[in-house]
Amino acid sequence: MSNVFTFSIGKKLVMALMGLFLCAFLVVHLGINLALIFSSTTEAFNKAAHFMGTNPVVKAMEIGLFGGIFLHILYAAILTLKNWIARPVGYKIGNNQQTSFFSKYMVHTAVIVAIFLVLHLFDFYVKAKFQHGFVNDVVYDGKTYHDLGTLVLERFKIGWVVVVYVIALLGLGFHLIHGFQSAFQTMGLNHPVYTPIIKAVGYIYSVAVTLGFIAIPVAVYFFK
Amino acid sequence: MAKLNSKIPEGPLSRKWSNYKAEQRLVNPANKRKIDVIVVGTGLAGASASASLAEMGFNVKTFCYQDSPRRAHSIAAQGGINAAKNYQNDGDSVYRLFYDTIKGGDYRAREANVYRLAEVSGLIIDQCVAQGVPFAREYGGLLDNRSFGGAQVSRTFYARGQTGQQLLLGAYSALMRQVNKGTVKLFSRHEMLNLVVVDGKARGIIARDMVTGKIERHFGHAVVIATGGYGNAFFLSTNAMGSNGSAAWQVYKKGAFFSNPAYVQIHPTCIPVHGDFQSKLTLMSESLRNDGRIWVPKKKEDAEAIRAGKLKPTQIAEEDRDYYLERRYPAFGNLVPRDVASRAAKERCDAGYGVGSGLAVYLDFADAINRLGRKVVEERYGNLFQMYEKIVDDNPYETPMMIYPAIHYTMGGIWVDYELMTTIPGLYAIGEANFSDHGANRLGASALMQGLADGYFVLPYTIQNYLADDILTPRMTTNEKEFVDAEEEVTSRIDRMMQINGKLSVDHFHKKFGLQLWDLVGMARTKESLEKALVSFKEMRKAFWTDIKIPGSKDEFNPELEKAARVADFIEIGELMARDALMREESCGGHFREEHQTEEGEAQRNDEKYMFVSAWEYKGESQEPELHKEELIYENIKVAQRNYKK
Amino acid sequence: MDLTLKIWRQANATAKGKFETYTVKNISPDSSFLEMLDILNQQLIEDNIATPVCFDHDCREGICGMCGLYINGRAHGPDKGVTTCQLHMRKFKDGDTIVIEPWRAKPFPIIKDLVVDRTAFDKIIAAGGYVSVNTGGIPDANAIPISKKDADTAMDAAACIGCGACVASCKNASAMLFVAAKVSQFAHLPQGKVEAKERVKNMVSKMDEVGFGNCTNTGACEAECPKEISILHIAKLNREFFAAKIC
Repeated sequence: MSNVFTFSIGKKLVMALMGLFLCAFLVVHLGINLALIFSSTTEAFNKAAHFMGTNPVVKAMEIGLFGGIFLHILYAAILTLKNWIARPVGYKIGNNQQTSFFSKYMVHTAVIVAIFLVLHLFDFYVKAKFQHGFVNDVVYDGKTYHDLGTLVLERFKIGWVVVVYVIALLGLGFHLIHGFQSAFQTMGLNHPVYTPIIKAVGYIYSVAVTLGFIAIPVAVYFFK
Repeated sequence: MAKLNSKIPEGPLSRKWSNYKAEQRLVNPANKRKIDVIVVGTGLAGASASASLAEMGFNVKTFCYQDSPRRAHSIAAQGGINAAKNYQNDGDSVYRLFYDTIKGGDYRAREANVYRLAEVSGLIIDQCVAQGVPFAREYGGLLDNRSFGGAQVSRTFYARGQTGQQLLLGAYSALMRQVNKGTVKLFSRHEMLNLVVVDGKARGIIARDMVTGKIERHFGHAVVIATGGYGNAFFLSTNAMGSNGSAAWQVYKKGAFFSNPAYVQIHPTCIPVHGDFQSKLTLMSESLRNDGRIWVPKKKEDAEAIRAGKLKPTQIAEEDRDYYLERRYPAFGNLVPRDVASRAAKERCDAGYGVGSGLAVYLDFADAINRLGRKVVEERYGNLFQMYEKIVDDNPYETPMMIYPAIHYTMGGIWVDYELMTTIPGLYAIGEANFSDHGANRLGASALMQGLADGYFVLPYTIQNYLADDILTPRMTTNEKEFVDAEEEVTSRIDRMMQINGKLSVDHFHKKFGLQLWDLVGMARTKESLEKALVSFKEMRKAFWTDIKIPGSKDEFNPELEKAARVADFIEIGELMARDALMREESCGGHFREEHQTEEGEAQRNDEKYMFVSAWEYKGESQEPELHKEELIYENIKVAQRNYKK
Repeated sequence: MDLTLKIWRQANATAKGKFETYTVKNISPDSSFLEMLDILNQQLIEDNIATPVCFDHDCREGICGMCGLYINGRAHGPDKGVTTCQLHMRKFKDGDTIVIEPWRAKPFPIIKDLVVDRTAFDKIIAAGGYVSVNTGGIPDANAIPISKKDADTAMDAAACIGCGACVASCKNASAMLFVAAKVSQFAHLPQGKVEAKERVKNMVSKMDEVGFGNCTNTGACEAECPKEISILHIAKLNREFFAAKIC
């Protein structure tokens, strides 16, 4: 396995694997969040958040998650830089090729998602984890939990926050539409019969995840 | 005549090549490292020779005018490559391939060379398969074959309609492997402009770096010319735009004899000319004649109506169509050799039965589509049909294709002996650049065979027989007087050219000359037309040196300068073609003199007087070249009138 | 047809280039794109307007891979599955303005005007794009049967003409399709399997070294390839690479 990552294809493999790992994380994240709008109280959400915050297995995976995000971004930066260097002089009329819209703007959507990620982490994750006292406590069945659910509900009552979230999530969706199926191509999994299925799954996944996440701030803003 | 020694080995025909190899001298591995070989050209012959020589241990310097060796025009060959493998169990053999090639060449090729060619043909297929050339295969996994003009067996191996490309890429990859090892030094975008002869032996070349314009001297213990043919003299041909006869012409002027320049092959199935602006003609593979039927209207008035656009070919009833090849040559039908098919098309068009612009005949697939189904036809010829549609904007599945003969290949070339050495010791010519194997007409799928045979399996042996004497010859510094003089010749010629400063672009002039060459020394020649050509071409040569305009400078990338140098040579080559055609008072293969035909309009040879190879010796600018003759002796086959009727 | 041409002119590799505008008149729709440029050049020379526009071209039948112009934002122009030399003027309209640019990529430096240096491709082939057999001493051609399917797939890949349209049209100037075509051809044939691992490693390494960008699976190469080579071969290249480096 020596120095596979010194090759461009090796670096891309890392991006693909990390990308798919992050795709899986998004499903879990979405599942927990949906508890917030489908349940009338914040109890289920707070319990799930507590489990995610305290379970040692999940905690270990959390390190993996941040590692994954870091590697995905790091290799993206390295590869993109090289791509830019590879064409120092651009075309007068460029980008007229017959390719999918989403594939052309991966870097742009990536930047949107990255900026959003920072804001999002400061908005919830940092506050919950490190700013004790910021979040109120609630007690269910004699056990104390952070009332993160209420925090989220409060945030999503602010109009501009909702708008920022929706825009960022659309960026994420565009990123996923190309990223999901692209990861399979990078791993060498392209097949005349199965690839259309992968592409369809990727499309459904991207749309579902994006709409799912968007539904939360929107639903909170209008209905909670 | 003592000057021409073809060095054919002793012994019966089938033993000559093995006898030669058993007795020839070799160069031992330690000494090979001390020897430099220059190869000019990277087509099938040049690339395969460079790779093979380098594998053996020689230092090779390879030159090509394109940006990469992979661009050489061998790449455009579509149909296939012949080999006497007899995989189809249809009665093929080395002897039959040899016989077909001699007969196809109208009994004007050298027996021993052709037999050797047939003998090594099978090895070529083995070699290419080992290199990973993806030849067409049967479902059982074995190689597939198709049939080609002039043969009654299926011995043609193919890779879709891109056989030349695949074979060239095979040779190119073998060449690049040696470049990687450092045994071949590659000079791309370099054009050879002169040969350096030291003490009567070829010792190097003068080349121009086409990017910087720098004139360079290169030393080699031997020089191999693999630069293809001179068909582009006609301007409109199926050759690549850059294909040229200049290297061959430079060595001719340095003393190598030039053979059979009149033998030019006119390919019957090309897309017809459609306008003055046209820059080249596109060939449609001869393999189309396997299933396509060639016809013109039987009635003149139908032909006239078609030309006027009043009738469509599909409206002509079956009984009003003249399938003239099937009518005239029942045994071979549409698969007669190229020269016969071309002339028959010209005969019909001249008689007023042509379609399109009047210079075209139909190649019809309606029967094949009925018999085999559109799908099979598509599988066999899909890419050719698509190419035709792109160019002509007409769907050949629905209306018949239009075709007309065009200049395609030159059988003539530099005279070589059995060892492929020219009359200048140490100078070799291989592939289309030499004259040796195709006589007066080349059979389809034989050019690829000859190029690779020369490069892989003949030259790497025979060149050692010469180089064995050179193991103690040190490398020259290229500061010797001969190198300086040769360079001076080149620079003064370029300077002269740059100073003409006339009015016409080179292409403009080339078109004019090409048209004349086609009219006077083309498909049908007469004493009168040829004499007229000799006078006219002399005038054109003068006009060239006063009318041409080359913009830019010589010290930069300047395609106009490159073209000008080539066209200057083409005019002189044209003159020699006319001279050779005038001398040869007979019709044979691609050389058709209207005075010499049978009552049925077939080519009539004169074996008594002209069963020889002409070899012209350059005598200086103001003097006529001297004709030498190499008599052709046929010991193994009976010379007969070619008959494709029964 | 009358046309306005905006063409990139650059005297040599180091000179600063710019677009020049020319007009051509009475072009037949049946003429090819390069013939249209021939007419322009003849006009430039004989009317003393400028030095002729340099562009690479040779076979003019779509197989040598020498020609390659970036026309109105597309490699080899608006037609599908053709090289520039096979593009015909009937694909344009009277009065059109056509912008003609050279291939743009760092590993393809400009030599002059529209002519670029593509020896980077030769370097990649030299690094491993072959089966290491010497001339002679090989088994009979029919000694190893190869399934028709594999032979056909190998041929699909081998159809690459090395024109560089994949690099030119890729937004990252990646040469993956070119490399994939060669790797995939040999990967589908038993002859190529013996040194498959070394080959893919060396070719990819050379591809990175000469400065091509990285594939982001946009599929532009496949869409613009004149021989319509599929990115299925890129996936095959990736598999071959992982098999060589990881397994």
